[in-house]
Amino acid sequence: MKLKFFLPALIFAGLVVVFFLGLFRDPTLVESPFIGKPAPEFDLPSLYNPEKRITKNDLLGQVTLVNVWASWCPGCAREHDMLLRIAQEGRLPILGFNWKDEAQPAKKWLQKRGDPYMDIAVDRDNVTGIDWGVYGAPETFLLDAQGIIRYKLIGPMTLEIWEQEFVPRIRAAQDANSNSAEDNS
Amino acid sequence: MRWLFLLSLFLLLPVWAIDPTEVMADPKDQAMYETITQEVRCLVCQNQTIANSTAPLAADLRREIRRMIEEGQSEAEIKTFLVERYGDFVLYKPLFRKWNLVLWLGPIVLLLIGLVALSLIVRRRTKLPINEDAP
Repeated sequence: MKLKFFLPALIFAGLVVVFFLGLFRDPTLVESPFIGKPAPEFDLPSLYNPEKRITKNDLLGQVTLVNVWASWCPGCAREHDMLLRIAQEGRLPILGFNWKDEAQPAKKWLQKRGDPYMDIAVDRDNVTGIDWGVYGAPETFLLDAQGIIRYKLIGPMTLEIWEQEFVPRIRAAQDANSNSAEDNS
Repeated sequence: MRWLFLLSLFLLLPVWAIDPTEVMADPKDQAMYETITQEVRCLVCQNQTIANSTAPLAADLRREIRRMIEEGQSEAEIKTFLVERYGDFVLYKPLFRKWNLVLWLGPIVLLLIGLVALSLIVRRRTKLPINEDAP
């Protein structure tokens, strides 16, 4: 009997908790519907050698990062040192995805700050970008050896995010890959 | 005279359209283009549709939608394309499927629960003996 009296109050309290927690969520972080799905195919020219095409096949067989960046993007400047550090660590290669940018400023930008990328695919007109669900820079995708997207970061990479979100997933993906490689041999 | 000039400037406000592209050849295509762009959220400036956002991403999405219409894709196909890439959040009017069903049907379910509760309470009360002494 008593429960009946308090039920509305309990439901109300529940809603208060839900909405209160909602206040602290960042509405700009839209979860990618791609997690766990194969990365879309692409075929883009390389920044330093426009004759050369970079495709999804270049990413298969190993765990990789795909980092969406542009020379006009302040968040990219903020994360750049972190990317250089990741490249130096050598845990996995990073493919640069130069998004809605021009070749000259992009090259200059890398000259000035250092180049952490194994190669850079150029998507000036945001064709592949739309296919990949990119809506801002920087964004960083983690792909496993089969080209399946394991994680997507929106916004600048930080040491904290790298260690908490990426490293464990990279380890898992690399372990899975070396196991399957052993099975095949 | 100057006032008249300034006032007439206000009449020009609708001319500040965001979308500089040409009207599509087929009016049916154009109508579809306008409907879709008004239902797609610009993820950079989240409270705008891509029809009224000046963000470069919105322009890119308008271009892609136009291209898909020209290729003869249906409205449903285009919306599915966008949702697969950007998530349910990209549509102002969510697709009728999966977890979105909670959004679509939740209010109806709550209304039904309310109606059932109401009818139960009313029925029970009508069965109570009438207390003549009640003030």
